[in-house]
Amino acid sequence: MTTYALFGALEMGFAYGLMVIGVYITFRVLDFPDLTVDGSLPLGASVTAVCISAGYSPALAILLSAGAGFLAGAMTGVLNTKFKILHLLASILTMISLYSINLRIMGRPNMTLLGQDTVVDWFIESTGWAAYLSTPFLFLIICILAVAVLIWFLHTEQGLAFLATGDNKQMITSQGVNTDSVIIFGVGLSNALVAISGSLVAQNQGAADVNMGVGTIIAGLASVIIGETVFGDKTITRALIAALLGSVLYRIAIALALGLKLGEFSFTPSDLNLITALLVVTALVMPRVKRKFLPRSAS
Amino acid sequence: MKKIILTVVALCLIASTAFAAKSYTVSVTQIVEHPALDAIRKGTLDRLKEKGVDVTANVHIAQGNPATNVQIISQIIGEQPDLVLAIATPGAQAAAQKIKDIPIVFTGVTDPVSAGLVKDLANSGGGNITGMSDFSPMDKHVALIQEVVPTVKTIGVIYNAGEPNSVVLVNKLKEEAAKAGLSVEEATIANSSGVYQAAKSLVGRADAVYVPTDNTVVSAIESAVKVCRQNKLPLIAADVDSVSRGAVAAVALDYYKMGLQSGDMAYRILVEGVKPSDMPVEFLNDLNLHVNKKAAASMGVTLPEEMIQRAEKVIE
Repeated sequence: MTTYALFGALEMGFAYGLMVIGVYITFRVLDFPDLTVDGSLPLGASVTAVCISAGYSPALAILLSAGAGFLAGAMTGVLNTKFKILHLLASILTMISLYSINLRIMGRPNMTLLGQDTVVDWFIESTGWAAYLSTPFLFLIICILAVAVLIWFLHTEQGLAFLATGDNKQMITSQGVNTDSVIIFGVGLSNALVAISGSLVAQNQGAADVNMGVGTIIAGLASVIIGETVFGDKTITRALIAALLGSVLYRIAIALALGLKLGEFSFTPSDLNLITALLVVTALVMPRVKRKFLPRSAS
Repeated sequence: MKKIILTVVALCLIASTAFAAKSYTVSVTQIVEHPALDAIRKGTLDRLKEKGVDVTANVHIAQGNPATNVQIISQIIGEQPDLVLAIATPGAQAAAQKIKDIPIVFTGVTDPVSAGLVKDLANSGGGNITGMSDFSPMDKHVALIQEVVPTVKTIGVIYNAGEPNSVVLVNKLKEEAAKAGLSVEEATIANSSGVYQAAKSLVGRADAVYVPTDNTVVSAIESAVKVCRQNKLPLIAADVDSVSRGAVAAVALDYYKMGLQSGDMAYRILVEGVKPSDMPVEFLNDLNLHVNKKAAASMGVTLPEEMIQRAEKVIE
């Protein structure tokens, strides 16, 4: 793997890092499998493309994306808690409606940001570093900020109620917490993070596309599980950092698959998905194998 | 004198061997494997080889994944190729955003201006990028529909509103249809399983059905063919492969030929040293007509004998 490919993987890992943390919050903390993300990622991108094209600052575009993502997630939460629609179905309903909404927001399926000022261009200019170095660094900073705020929040009283909701709904209800609001807020928060991710991805790739959310949930879940397996999830702080690093490992797996010398083992570009899946499976299985064959004290 | 001639001959030999020995690396980014896109890629690389260029190709295909599509660009920067070949809009946009110091040739892009790849078709003030548009010659498509169905008043069109290319094509269709005094009825879908229902919704609303080069619809064109047969509604396509799959006719771009022409553009950049900024966007005007007599009969139309005569391929 070349240096560029490695930094490219870091860049993608951090750009999608907040998405993975969002998936972690719904999937692990709230125990709420949420497919809204396939729609809220392009939602963040759409809002960003429209804002930036209208001449607003890229930073404002990120904030507005987060707001739109929050609303989308809260919608899923309301469908689930107030209308008693199964969480999976509620999130699918929001996801498919977001497809049309995103088309409405942009007025077309693909909106270019080439030649427009983005937060990525701004950072490259102000640091003066090469693009391949500065872009991942910028996304890392944004991820660290977001994770720090999340960790602070999860240690407040509301945050603790939030954590407890996924663990034991009955117990927390008896403590006088309204779990419905916690779920609506939680799914909203998760999708706000996903939408920020969508905003960063669009600014990084130079376009927002209505189809760019395809497979987001798969990448998100794979990253969460890789992160947990490799880095552990004993405390919430550790789990959030593990999710972020899981996102990076997932992209490194893809970079490895892309860089595999083709021809020698008669791999072709069409094998990419299979190779990626195999690399991820290896990453998941290795810790188990190690535990089985190495003495307990060694781990 | 003899010495001078010898020196010149020697220099020429050295120059020619150096020229012949120069080998080039081309990195290819392609969003998905698809017969048309694969044909473009093959055509481009074939033309370079035909012209005697020693070229190594690194082919990357994102398997339809938008994130992988972007990551491929980092991979390509690491490969430091002499030229980037970007097939279809998503790869071209990501390449244009990230690669500023390697020439890029895009191809198979319908509307490079609205995709933000070039400022205008003349590529004025262009950077390190140029390429080919596969914009369907919509005036010829409307003329074909009128030729197959002389009584046509309303054209029904099925497309995925989420495909950027299709939206541009349908807008162009409306423009050209209006010029010919025809109206257009739209049926949009979100995925290929919606094609059957969309085709049905056009029954009674349209006199002919037209399917543009829309990946989603074309992948499930059989469902549209079925509906059109049952309702004697002629189906005209925008790609020739759909004709062998049951459409009445298509006058379309040959994607392999488009690849050959893209290969010429790559050759000018690689070997002749022409700057991409000096090269306007090119189109392919070499069109192929395919007709399907059996499909015509099943959809209640008879193809004019003259049309069958001039077709490149007639399916009985």
